[in-house]
Amino acid sequence: MNDNHYCPHTPEEISEMLSIIGISSVEELFAAIPGELRAKSFNLPPGISEFETFDRMKAIAGENKSDMLNFIGGGFYDHIIPAAVDHLSGRAEFYTAYTPYQPECSQGTLQALFEYQTAICRLTGLDVSNASLYDGGTACAEAAMMALRVTGRNRIIIDGCVNPFSRQVLKTYLFNLDVDIVEIPPLDGQLNRNALTEMLDDSVAAVLVQNPNFFGCIDEFTELAAQIHAKQALLIASVYPISLGILKSPGEMGVDIAVGDGQSLGNPLSFGGPSFGFIAARKTFIRNMPGRIIGETVDKQGRRGFVLTLQAREQHIKRQKATSNICSNQGLCALRGLIFLSSVGKSGLAEMAILNRDKAEYAKSQISGIPGVTVLQGIPTFNEFTVALPQSADLVVSALLKKNIAAGVPLGQYYEGSENFLVVTVTEKRTRKEIDCLVKSLEEALCN
Amino acid sequence: MSEMYFTKEHEWIKVEGAKGKVGISDHAAHELGDITFVELPKPGKSVKQFEVLAAIESVKAASDIYSPVSGKVLTVNTVMDTAPEIVNESAEEKGWMVELEISDAGELEKLMTKGQYDEYLKTL
Amino acid sequence: MQLIYEQSVSGRRGVKLPASDVPSAACLPKNLLRSEAAGLPELSELDLVRHFTRLSRRNFSVDTNFYPLGSCSMKYNAKVLENSAALFAPFHPMTALLPGGEEYCQGTLGMLYDLGQLLTDITGMDEVTTQPLAGAHGEMTGILLISAYHRARGKKKKYVVVPDSSHGTNPASAAIAGYEIITVPTAPYGDMDLDLFRQAMNDEVAAVMMTCPNTLGLFNPHIKEISDIAHSHDALMYYDGANLNAIMGKVKPGDVGFDVIHVNLHKTFGTPHGGGGPGSGPVGVKKALAPFLPQPRIVMDDEGKFVMESVKSGTIGRTANFFGNFGVMAKAYAYIIMLGREGLINVSEQAVLNANYIKERLRDYYELPYDKTCMHECVFSASRQLEHGVHAIDISKFLIDRGYHPPTVYFPMIVKEAIMIEPTETESKATMDAFIEVMIEAAKTAESNPQALHEAPLTMPVGRLDETKAAREQNVCCAG
Repeated sequence: MNDNHYCPHTPEEISEMLSIIGISSVEELFAAIPGELRAKSFNLPPGISEFETFDRMKAIAGENKSDMLNFIGGGFYDHIIPAAVDHLSGRAEFYTAYTPYQPECSQGTLQALFEYQTAICRLTGLDVSNASLYDGGTACAEAAMMALRVTGRNRIIIDGCVNPFSRQVLKTYLFNLDVDIVEIPPLDGQLNRNALTEMLDDSVAAVLVQNPNFFGCIDEFTELAAQIHAKQALLIASVYPISLGILKSPGEMGVDIAVGDGQSLGNPLSFGGPSFGFIAARKTFIRNMPGRIIGETVDKQGRRGFVLTLQAREQHIKRQKATSNICSNQGLCALRGLIFLSSVGKSGLAEMAILNRDKAEYAKSQISGIPGVTVLQGIPTFNEFTVALPQSADLVVSALLKKNIAAGVPLGQYYEGSENFLVVTVTEKRTRKEIDCLVKSLEEALCN
Repeated sequence: MSEMYFTKEHEWIKVEGAKGKVGISDHAAHELGDITFVELPKPGKSVKQFEVLAAIESVKAASDIYSPVSGKVLTVNTVMDTAPEIVNESAEEKGWMVELEISDAGELEKLMTKGQYDEYLKTL
Repeated sequence: MQLIYEQSVSGRRGVKLPASDVPSAACLPKNLLRSEAAGLPELSELDLVRHFTRLSRRNFSVDTNFYPLGSCSMKYNAKVLENSAALFAPFHPMTALLPGGEEYCQGTLGMLYDLGQLLTDITGMDEVTTQPLAGAHGEMTGILLISAYHRARGKKKKYVVVPDSSHGTNPASAAIAGYEIITVPTAPYGDMDLDLFRQAMNDEVAAVMMTCPNTLGLFNPHIKEISDIAHSHDALMYYDGANLNAIMGKVKPGDVGFDVIHVNLHKTFGTPHGGGGPGSGPVGVKKALAPFLPQPRIVMDDEGKFVMESVKSGTIGRTANFFGNFGVMAKAYAYIIMLGREGLINVSEQAVLNANYIKERLRDYYELPYDKTCMHECVFSASRQLEHGVHAIDISKFLIDRGYHPPTVYFPMIVKEAIMIEPTETESKATMDAFIEVMIEAAKTAESNPQALHEAPLTMPVGRLDETKAAREQNVCCAG
């Protein structure tokens, strides 16, 4: 019996193939590998059927707490996903294809990604988008590297209010380069503009900010952009795409490169991936963009079609001089993003954004009623906000986890001296009842 | 009368006094196929002989353009920005890319004449 | 076919959102709001479904067509893998990073830990990070680990050595990680030229990146010697796992001198390629590099619980925001446990058998620049066809008309008019025979009627597209 039924040959077919090759055993095909290089051991367990496999996977999934009430974000958000997203992205013609190197037989993927690029441009208010990056953090790093190429400078300033994971990814990407990375500590949950002004000089390639920032605060960067442009530096903004249903777009603010994580657009939480990163920029920077780009063109008969374009930037042609090393990106996740955005549509995304904010504002008002708890006031927020607890947020969060509530992200791990602060996220999926439950549980935890 | 010299990397320089216009040969333009982009240096930039001066891209290829001689960039052919196809149409005339101030005319001796270059192409 | 934006009708909706059960909040200040709603499409769910269903039908895919795209291991993706990954959709990655949160994620953390263990056995490495999100991302992570390793020993080092047959991602990843590249030519026997390699090596070389079998589909019998030379210069050996499908259970890269490896779960371990990702590129390392692995790291504690390791000072930090492409890893994990030891050995044997079968059947019709027993893929040249003015691309387009996704063409760059065929182990003899017949027909047509090949494809929604126009006009977003 064949050990692997996904290999379809019968013994007779194998003999026939071997005789055509002119050898008598499959092992002879490996004769070029000297004996001393052969594996000495190979200890994997024996194979099982797909049914047993699925049972094992169910058992593994069952070891996670499945009914956790999520008030956590940190870059990944628990949003609705229309049923059509799973069904359409689940068509095998999409998910079992690969990078559309041969355009004539890949128009499905190519047109979809062109439509995706268009959606990202319209969402961000910028001119050009690529066909996706890996995730939000790597998108920040790619944008920084793009700014280094564009400006020929070697200094990046990062607002400390940017997601700490994304900041870390950026620093890891650049640590072996001759690049100076400066972080500005947050001031009351916002960018310290005075500190930035002092640092801003002709050596700065780009400034990276986030909107809404890690604390949930919404900012307006129009003046900042002008100030940065006066030094011929670039402004990079990491944005939360759902918030762009209502918030001022990066393009409207004068941002040069917008990036973000696309998970919230139709991709499940899936324990952190796959999602996708997006990047959009002003047209003048297109040749410095990383990754794949789809472009519109025509065939000889004038029929519209789509191709991978500006490939001369890419690793398979330019090798060490390429603008990035990206080959596989997150195409299927970007497709999910497009189907999501097309499904909720123009008015739906705005409605969804308002719903998020309304729920968060409700939660904010209820939580601020808990004795001893204060909510940062005065600075507008979207669907996340920071609360100051009268005790360690770590303790409160771990107490609430026992009640199946992920109450928020405590800031102590990420910002020194912030042990009592908690960032609470409320998406459109949380009901008033669930929010009330969070408030009640928080109150109880704080009383004990 | 201007003189034209070629490199093994298929660049040419047309010398007029202390100045010289630089481009790529018809042969190179043909090999690259449809040119889609030429990245030009900023005027004022100094280059050494055989160092990277510019870069050129076609749909499926990218290559550097090396300076035939040492010198300083005086002007660049801005037609490249909007119509890089001029390199395909007229590589050794209208498709010039950079005008250099030649700093050492002696370096021209390391280059090939038109006749020598044509012979060289036959060996490839 | 219309763009989705061209089908948009103002006011139409694809999905209804839940009604609000909370009071409306006061409006945000106007200066924070966008001036007009983003111009997203507006259409009914049915129109949306038809649009994307139609688009899907304009693709070739593994499920619909033979897809022998060399270097990509386009094998069949078992359906149970899709079902398996879906089980993990609801789990938020932040839960595991909350204080005490690991307890609620034992399944997912345990699976990542286990996957690491399985991959160490397959690759002969000591430790694995699952964080890298694709093959090239794994390469970059691996090179950063090598850089941290050298720095910890007080050396910066300057170069990374790659053979000229390497994947473009190798030099690109090393360059992005801050190294200059030294490229070593391939010798007439199809492997990296050993003498030139010796000459290229010096003490400033941080790493040598190799694919083994290489992109010509050949196993380099001198690989141990190469790694010994590299190590004598205190350079580390990097294994590009793109071609691991050829040698599972046969050779462990860790045994033959490699120090760092990435594996492409979407190539070797049966996860779908998604039209260009998501992939997954876990990185395995030898013990000496373990202190530098990215965070967060999952370890098993004394009680057998899976927890986050406390952050080590040497870590390179993070190369992605969370634990990697978990959904892809769930599929690869299911694949590995389902196939098991014998199944994976069988994968490599049958993949190599199939490639050699195609090579033998086509050798009379196409030039074989390196005529040796190949591993999981074979590389031909269309040089004979070129004599009739037919290029590899023309043969590709002819194949499309016959319902076959073309092989990889024009790679590796060292082969003129390269045609790189990787059938994978999941294809039947009947499928390959039919493909071979069409390849033979293409070769014959190249002689008898080259024009027919130049005109292909004729059966697709579009013919050959004007790529020059696309590159010059850069129309990458629909106006409006």
